[in-house]
Amino acid sequence: MSSIRTALDKRILILDGAMGTMIQRRKLSESDFRGKRFADWKSDVKGNNDLLNITQPEIISAIHLEYLNAGADIIETNTFSSTSIAQADYDMQQLAHELNVAGAKCARMAIAQWEKENPGGEKKYIAGAIGPLNKTLSISPDVNNPGFRAVNFDEVAAAYGEQINGLIEGGVDLLLIETIFDTLNAKAAIFASRRYFREHPGTEIPIMISGTITDASGRTLSGQTLEAFYTSVQHARPLSVGLNCALGASQMRPHIEELSRIATCYTSAYPNAGLPNAFGEYDEQPHDTAHIIEEWAQKGFLNIVGGCCGTTPDHIRHIAEAVKNFSPRQLPQLQEN
Amino acid sequence: MSAKNIIHPYLRLSGLEALIVRPGSLFINIGERTNVTGSKKFARLVLGDHYEEALSVARQQVENGAQMLDVNMDDALLDGVKAMTTFLNLLQSEPDVAKIPIVIDSSKFEIIEAGLKCIQGKCVVNSISLKEGEEKFIKEATICLDYGASVIVMAFDEKGQADTLERKVEICHRAYKILVDKVGFSPQDIIFDPNIFAIATGMEEHNNYAVDYIESIKLIKQRMPLVHISGGVSNLSFSFRGNEHVREAMHAVFLYHAIKAGMDMGIVNAGQLAVYDEIEPELKKLCEDVVLNKNNDNNEATDRLIKFAEQVKSKGKEIVKDETWRKEAVEKRLAHALVNGITDYIEGDTEEARQKYPRPLDVIEGPLMDGMNIVGELFGSGKMFLPQVVKSARVMKKAVAVLTPFIEKEKEEKIKRGELTEGGAAKILMATVKGDVHDIGKNIVGVVLGCNGYEVIDLGVMVPAEKILSEAARLKVDLIGVSGLVTPSLDEMVHVASEMKRNGVTIPLLIGGATTSRTHTAVKISPEYDNGVVHVLDASRSVSVVGSLLGEQKNTFLAGIKSEYEKVRDDFNRKRSAKPLISYEEATKNGMVINWKNYKTTKPSYFGTKIFDDFPLTALERFIDWQPFFIAWELHGKFPQILSDEKVGTAATKLFEDAQKMLRKMIDEKWVSAHGVAGLWPAQRVAVDSVEIDTGKKKMRLEFLRQQLKKTQGQPNFSLADYMPYTNEAEGYMGAFTVTIKGLDEHIKRYQENNDDYDKIIVQALGDRLAEAFAECLHHKVRTELWGYAKNEGLTNEQLIREEYRGIRPAPGYPACPDHTEKFKLFELMGGEKDTHIHLTESLAMYSPSSVCGWYFDQPDSKYFGVGKINIDQVKDYAKRKGMEESEAAKWLRPILD
Repeated sequence: MSSIRTALDKRILILDGAMGTMIQRRKLSESDFRGKRFADWKSDVKGNNDLLNITQPEIISAIHLEYLNAGADIIETNTFSSTSIAQADYDMQQLAHELNVAGAKCARMAIAQWEKENPGGEKKYIAGAIGPLNKTLSISPDVNNPGFRAVNFDEVAAAYGEQINGLIEGGVDLLLIETIFDTLNAKAAIFASRRYFREHPGTEIPIMISGTITDASGRTLSGQTLEAFYTSVQHARPLSVGLNCALGASQMRPHIEELSRIATCYTSAYPNAGLPNAFGEYDEQPHDTAHIIEEWAQKGFLNIVGGCCGTTPDHIRHIAEAVKNFSPRQLPQLQEN
Repeated sequence: MSAKNIIHPYLRLSGLEALIVRPGSLFINIGERTNVTGSKKFARLVLGDHYEEALSVARQQVENGAQMLDVNMDDALLDGVKAMTTFLNLLQSEPDVAKIPIVIDSSKFEIIEAGLKCIQGKCVVNSISLKEGEEKFIKEATICLDYGASVIVMAFDEKGQADTLERKVEICHRAYKILVDKVGFSPQDIIFDPNIFAIATGMEEHNNYAVDYIESIKLIKQRMPLVHISGGVSNLSFSFRGNEHVREAMHAVFLYHAIKAGMDMGIVNAGQLAVYDEIEPELKKLCEDVVLNKNNDNNEATDRLIKFAEQVKSKGKEIVKDETWRKEAVEKRLAHALVNGITDYIEGDTEEARQKYPRPLDVIEGPLMDGMNIVGELFGSGKMFLPQVVKSARVMKKAVAVLTPFIEKEKEEKIKRGELTEGGAAKILMATVKGDVHDIGKNIVGVVLGCNGYEVIDLGVMVPAEKILSEAARLKVDLIGVSGLVTPSLDEMVHVASEMKRNGVTIPLLIGGATTSRTHTAVKISPEYDNGVVHVLDASRSVSVVGSLLGEQKNTFLAGIKSEYEKVRDDFNRKRSAKPLISYEEATKNGMVINWKNYKTTKPSYFGTKIFDDFPLTALERFIDWQPFFIAWELHGKFPQILSDEKVGTAATKLFEDAQKMLRKMIDEKWVSAHGVAGLWPAQRVAVDSVEIDTGKKKMRLEFLRQQLKKTQGQPNFSLADYMPYTNEAEGYMGAFTVTIKGLDEHIKRYQENNDDYDKIIVQALGDRLAEAFAECLHHKVRTELWGYAKNEGLTNEQLIREEYRGIRPAPGYPACPDHTEKFKLFELMGGEKDTHIHLTESLAMYSPSSVCGWYFDQPDSKYFGVGKINIDQVKDYAKRKGMEESEAAKWLRPILD
């Protein structure tokens, strides 16, 4: 995978935008989610977006293609919740492996289509999305018992291990551990991937890491400062480290600036389309988002940029347009004492 | 972000916050009380399942200044895995403790791994070793790396614990190679514990243990510079169990020497450490002897310390609490309490001082600040540790609390009397910057400013730039003051300044705190923000600075600061050479490449020299640059604006008038004469840094020096030779000049004899100005007529002074060609003393002092630069080129030799 590093040294790479927003737009029904195979499933599955990898692969692939057409270099698999722990909400923990393989295939299909329509175009990459889980390792769900944990490290590492296995089997080019609001969960994912690579020689692919700063305090939900977060995941030797979700671009700026100063690897950022309005909708317009991000590119904060909640192919198109004439952030020089 | 970002391979750890161990970092205290084997209280709480209370032990350690926390659950009666998991999970809910990195301490690896599963931050594992062979070591190290932890490696191998210097170093080195080469550890993530053993046990073979430890630190760091050293300190004094007084003293003495040798961190009881300088002399001497194994033949030192310890014991606690200091004057008592962190009497002593001094504020600014200054000095010289400083700060806060009501009252009375107005007071926002928690100094400044009628808004510690900015805007403050103690805060302050600029803030920024300095402020912070950045040395200065910034004289004050800082910057840039150098060979490959095809050289109107004797002085007047004339008088500012400057305008105008009068006299009465020579010849570059001038009679080879500083991509390493073409590139020409102003001596002497320094300095300064003006005038003549490469130049005087013309005239001995000895060649070319009227002294100074010489280059891309620091490899090559002894060349180039 030296090719992605070569590309990153040359230009700012574009990551895709929100998957959930695009799925919502299609207003799919419970039966669309179920497809034929799960028509008789015991619980409701509407809202289990990852299930669409199996039941509606054409829709997922079409969304990927829209992002590729908008200028995305890297597309994320629709596997944010494809772990046995997250799927337990739908009683679909058994499907975790399959969901990941199918998610990677949807992305692969879209790239094949794009390459057919754009012969000789730039190389596109698939990042296998690894989400944060609905259970956390550092925070107790019970306020009266702060030492309590709903899940333990070994369980989380095992769930991530299964997901990584599926993603790599499905043929992703990168792993993207994202929306990290509890660093210990991310450390379990890193742990699982290190073990997987060691036990399956020749399968190693680059890891991208993206944390989430939840508010203006500049900390993750589990309480770490940005620098502490970065320090805690450095052993992954990631391809890139960055931030996504929770904040719009304008709130994210100071944190991205800091990260670009302290990170020895490439940096990534994919903010939400502003902050949600009173109705929980994201209404920051594509040119507005792009305008803020243009300044980041100009200042040299960025290597990879895209969008999170509320962003659309139009946002990505504007962002790609806004940053295309700027050089990417140069990797810092590592100096001996 | 055009300048390349540099990141150092420091040990980086984290809890909720990051802890970076830099080469200059202070000793890191690892709190030891959360250890069931070391603290009975903690063991009792854990065994009794009172984890909430056990957590308070951890909290105390942090409050006492522990920067990491060692957690150990190795007890036969305890399920270690469960205890470790329970305690660490609970600890995550306590941000005040969870903020620091955790050291997971166990002799059982499964307990360590259980701990690693609970901590989101980057931990330290204490410890792994080669005790049970390489295979197990690699396995455990790999697991540590999977969790992203740093490791403490004990100097322990299959044969046992390393007890000699050689074994300590040898085992550490073996472990290092395995960790780095086989497991994939970064060297900076490795911490060695070369074993601190008990000394003064009565066994002679133990006497050198402390010395061995200290010596091993030096050798380990020499061989493996990026690693860190830790150790468990309390082992050292094991034979004095029960005698805390002696133990504390031994620890303090040991740490003093071990830290000097390079010990980075240690497991210590953060609440109990004697202050090195405060140990009673007799005990200190005895401790020095046993720790350093001096005067210890036949255990003599050991015996003396044991005897001393017994006396202490037999006298009971009395001697431990030495109360003689209570008899001193109140100022001394306050200082003693601050240095030793004793709060017992502080309230009474402060009250006594308040009654003694005219105003309550005087107590803070006087004896309390004096005491804190002693603390600062001891801390800075490594004789006090952070926990002790935290205690001092606590004492200080107590004292200030006693005084605050009186200060408030005084303020109210002032308001009543109308000396102060309550409303409309200027607002000052203060904050300790992000990443820093030190606020003693800031609090004092806050108190002092508050007493002077300003409204102080204190945002506390660890304040990010965006909060400073948003609060400043929301509260419409008049000034922002940021403070910090640790070095990284300096960068954060730069960031605050740049953010202020980006957000269009217009109010001034004050910089304060122990590591800040006028130089740093001038060099790094001030250029980032245009609306005033002022370094404030201490609390007592803060009042006058704030007064100046809020009063009518604000602009003058800021202009003064600005030009002062410009000067500091210039001085600094001249001195520094922290940047890395590249080899001379590499540098020659990165020279400036000129495309000679795009440029046609101009053949001068003559070859050889042209002599200008008694050049008309009136022709020089328009070329005079007055700004350096005022700088010579320490009047800083632009000319002619300085004449109307609010502050110095009157003085400057008067000086200017006097100078004009003097100049008239010098010219009209022909006190001085001007002599110049301009030479022009064919010249070609003949080697990468050599140029050959052909005078027709003789070929003169000039040697130049090349920059060796590592440049960012695309930036060449300049040498003047780059501005000349090789024969196959183009026909080249080069020139040289000398100018001098003669005849000043007798007039200077005359003024001196009359004790008229004023006129004397005016004459001297004018002499220099005339010489410079002549150089400028002659260069103009060369460009437009004699060489004629810029016949239609048409520049104004201002543009001439700003050197906006094409071509340069660098002087041998100055930054672009710093070797003075090339002046010999220049003077030979120019016809020597006879033609130039300049005498070259043996140190190659020119006489009269009002003389200038230099080379002429016409290349349109040529510009002035400084060669900067060079390496010995270039000196060698240069000496060879010049046919000079290397030592001789090195002597002349010493100022720029790195």
